Amino acid sequence: MPAVSKGDGMRGLAVFISDIRNCKSKEAEIKRINKELANIRSKFKGDKALDGYSKKKYVCKLLFIFLLGHDIDFGHMEAVNLLSSNKYTEKQIGYLFISVLVNSNSDLIRLINNGIKNDLASRNPTFMNLALHCIANVGSREMAEAFASEIPRVLVAGDTMDSVKQSAALCLLRLNRTSPDLVPMGEWTTRVVHLLNDQHLIVTSASIDLQDYTYYFVAAPWLSVKLLRLLQCYPPPEDAALRSRLTECLETILNKAQEPPKSKKVQHSNAKNAVLFEAIALIIHHDSEPTLLVRACNQLGQFLQHRETNLRYLALESMCTLASSEFSHEAVKTHMETVINALKVSLAQFGSRDVSVRQRAVDLLYAMCDRSNAKQIVAEMLSYLETADYSIREEIVLKVAILAEKYAVDYTWYVDTILNLIRIAGDYVSEEVWYRVIQIVINRDDVQGYAAKTVFEALQAPACHENLVKVGGYILGEFGNLIAGDSRSSPLVQFNLLHSKFHLCSVPTRALLLSAYIKFINLFPEVKATIQDVLRSDSQLRNADVELQQRAVEYLRLSCIASTDILATVLEEMPPFPERESSILAKLKKKKGPGKLPDMDDSRRSVNGSTDSTHSFTDVLNLNPAPSSGANLLIDVFSESSAPAAATDVSEENFPRFVCKNNGVIYENQLLQIGLKSEYRQNLGRMYVFYGNKTSTQFLSFSSSVSSSDLNVHSKAVDPVIEGGAQMQQILNIECVSDFSDAPVLNIQFRYGGALQNIAVKLPVMLNKFFQPTEMMSQDFFQRWKQLGAPQQEVQKIFKAKHPMDTEVAKAKILGFGVALLDGVDPNPANFVGAGVVHTKTTQVGCLLRLEPNMQAQTPNGNAAPPATDPSFPFGAGLPGSHLGICSRCRGEQGDGFVGLKGTWPKSHELKVAFDLASFLPPDGRVCERLLLRT
Amino acid sequence: MSVAFVIRFILIQNRAGKTRLAKWYMQFDDDEKQKLIEEVHAVVTVRDAKHTNFVEFRNFKIIYRRYAGLYFCICVDVTDNNLAYLEGIHNFVEVLNEYFHNVCELDLVFNFYKVYTVVDEMFLAGEIRETSQTKVLKQLLMLQSLE
Repeated sequence: MPAVSKGDGMRGLAVFISDIRNCKSKEAEIKRINKELANIRSKFKGDKALDGYSKKKYVCKLLFIFLLGHDIDFGHMEAVNLLSSNKYTEKQIGYLFISVLVNSNSDLIRLINNGIKNDLASRNPTFMNLALHCIANVGSREMAEAFASEIPRVLVAGDTMDSVKQSAALCLLRLNRTSPDLVPMGEWTTRVVHLLNDQHLIVTSASIDLQDYTYYFVAAPWLSVKLLRLLQCYPPPEDAALRSRLTECLETILNKAQEPPKSKKVQHSNAKNAVLFEAIALIIHHDSEPTLLVRACNQLGQFLQHRETNLRYLALESMCTLASSEFSHEAVKTHMETVINALKVSLAQFGSRDVSVRQRAVDLLYAMCDRSNAKQIVAEMLSYLETADYSIREEIVLKVAILAEKYAVDYTWYVDTILNLIRIAGDYVSEEVWYRVIQIVINRDDVQGYAAKTVFEALQAPACHENLVKVGGYILGEFGNLIAGDSRSSPLVQFNLLHSKFHLCSVPTRALLLSAYIKFINLFPEVKATIQDVLRSDSQLRNADVELQQRAVEYLRLSCIASTDILATVLEEMPPFPERESSILAKLKKKKGPGKLPDMDDSRRSVNGSTDSTHSFTDVLNLNPAPSSGANLLIDVFSESSAPAAATDVSEENFPRFVCKNNGVIYENQLLQIGLKSEYRQNLGRMYVFYGNKTSTQFLSFSSSVSSSDLNVHSKAVDPVIEGGAQMQQILNIECVSDFSDAPVLNIQFRYGGALQNIAVKLPVMLNKFFQPTEMMSQDFFQRWKQLGAPQQEVQKIFKAKHPMDTEVAKAKILGFGVALLDGVDPNPANFVGAGVVHTKTTQVGCLLRLEPNMQAQTPNGNAAPPATDPSFPFGAGLPGSHLGICSRCRGEQGDGFVGLKGTWPKSHELKVAFDLASFLPPDGRVCERLLLRT
Repeated sequence: MSVAFVIRFILIQNRAGKTRLAKWYMQFDDDEKQKLIEEVHAVVTVRDAKHTNFVEFRNFKIIYRRYAGLYFCICVDVTDNNLAYLEGIHNFVEVLNEYFHNVCELDLVFNFYKVYTVVDEMFLAGEIRETSQTKVLKQLLMLQSLE
């Protein structure tokens, strides 16, 4: 028998537990339990009143039986009776039973609450603690209702003992979390904060007490962690003195990591490192002190080589977040070799068992990848893939595919990489990946010949993955002609090669190959007869599979009856794919959940002014077939991952960010994140609203509605439940009927932990979303510009820009605004002009735009720079039949930016469009000192 | 960042999967609790000493440490401080060891109702309540002396 249980009674319980332990079988155990239950039932029902001790013992037995996994349907009343006992041990068992077997039995809840009330009022700290622990453990709404006002009083009362205060504070916290509407923190916050100053809830200020909190030579590690964590709820302090004090503290923590350990025990180093990692988390959260960030990075670099698996794992994890900071990205990169090494070491050390460290290493490599190291990282990931654990292969494949695409400078490398992926891990290459390589090859004519040659070579392997056959079939069917000049890859050789794989493939692949064959007939008349023979064979024409049979029949007929011209038209090369977001990226996001994606956003680098990456990779992912048209899709592909950092609780705050882009986070608070993806065509729009539950608790009774005075908005119904950590999508269909100025409002309601939440968010649907870009020659532009001369047809605005001019960014912004950017129209190459048509259901209105950067305005001496407007530029223009235009008149104006609008539309409305754009461009746009804009 | 609901649950299980303590800081129904218990057991027992003491678990993570045949597991948010909870477990085990004088699994079986008291002294409402072993033991001894 354990030492402590001697002499404190309940011998009957110990005997019963021993009996249960001695039971040889499940049946015997159940028999013994039933016997005991019958015994207890008869005692409870008996005429003789039970004494406190017996009651305690039987209730405790019932509890034990329950914990063994059996249902208990009686004894609750006896347990409640124990609450009114004067003896601690009896009370304790009563409370324990209630805490463990909690149910909302309404008959008893009043009695239970009554018992708690009595104990709270008892002034006996032991009883008060029991009562408070019970409330904290149960945390039900009924208890919140009963004690929401009582507990704060206990907490701040002068005569309450510290240990009771501890319990009261945590009890309040629990009720606040479960029923925030009943236990609002607001009114008590000040007084609770006061407690922090006054005497610590956890550590009383007396230094003698601190001794108690030293754990393996580390002073109060849990408190330190908690405080460092608390600081992560706030931005860096603005007060310089405070800031430098905090920096000093963080430096001290970093310094301590370098000191020799005071003990060899793992507890010592764990406690010390717990604080260190939390300090690093705070440094990353602030993301403002380059020195600290670099020091943190180097510290983590040391841990990467540590023999302790825990430390290596945690260092990889922290470094992953560090890699997305602009100050430390470079520093993180210097540890690449170590990370790669960690990957290899952990592989060698543990065989294939502990995936988590390697998973983190792959995450980190992914996060630290940029243009400078992409080739090396992709190569490392590919080589790791050969031995990688099955559970993470698919994810690595997706990551490699994304990196290869994102950082491809020449697409031959991209094609090689994807074909390697298929070779190494063909089974894990999902459709998204091989579709993607085909899309890219089709959209980029500079790589088509290379792709054809490469797949041809890859197909030579005696055994190749079916995914390769698919890619090969598609690409040779489209571009086989590009390599047909070489006798080693003549049309017949190509065909025979593909057909040699045919019989090993599944039906969908065979269907694809049949399509490749008919394309061959068009490309290479010389193999027509051979292919017709194949199509004509019984195995095709009479294939048991309907799809294959139909293809064979139709393709055969087509090749027999159609003229060369018709064949050439029907089987023309595939047009470029229009696309907005990489489907692979979407898949990875889905796989990892929204929060887990490393920062994919390159904007931080373009903020710094280097434009090397932004342009080409967005191009790739959007696959804009012709950069000059339809390019309004640029810039926003990755906005979703960049926006959360900037999101706030104010429901209109993010609204202006969406003037020139369609995707991103529009709203975020502690519970909920709302992301948007929208697309517009003429006067119609579709908006995908993503509701992300950031908590781990369900949102119940979720509903949303859109109110709009001017637009027709139809929202599809949503599921009333959003699981913890889950994301739900809602589709809104939007129709622009006529011109409008008020954006629609999204109203959301749901229940979280019993409390009803109401959120209203202004949806970013502005008039410019209904722009269709219009291409125009220089002469047309000027002519139309000239036609719009009436004063009410123009609105103009001048303002100061906040960021230096960047041509690419300005272009992207204007495209994002929705108009076509007209190259070579303006005589002054520094200016931008654009044209578009606003579509509403009732009317279409053409708009012209001109933007004039004025670099001289940057001069610090304050002299008004000469207006940049070219005096020869003809003012006043418009599309025939339209009545809105913008004109530039910045001559002699004092401001730095300028917007003008002209039209017969209501003036207020035109101003709104101009204002939206003008107010948006500088803060987000790093645009120019002098901006002229005419719509 | 979220600071709410730090600890979701604490489990003590033996290698055979018998639960020696289950303390829930979130509302789960009984079926869900049973499922969680089984899943945690499945996830934790396959790992060996060279593995990390952390496992991703649903949307959370489990911080665990093995003492002889017993696994002490704490389920927390993925952003929580791993090492602080790992040492939180050890601190708790040292208190148990002191309180029961060389604690063994049987102590936890026969005195299950006392273990709950120890837990409540050290962890409450999903938060770490008291970390000073001296203070916790003093309080426990005081309670022990009460009738």
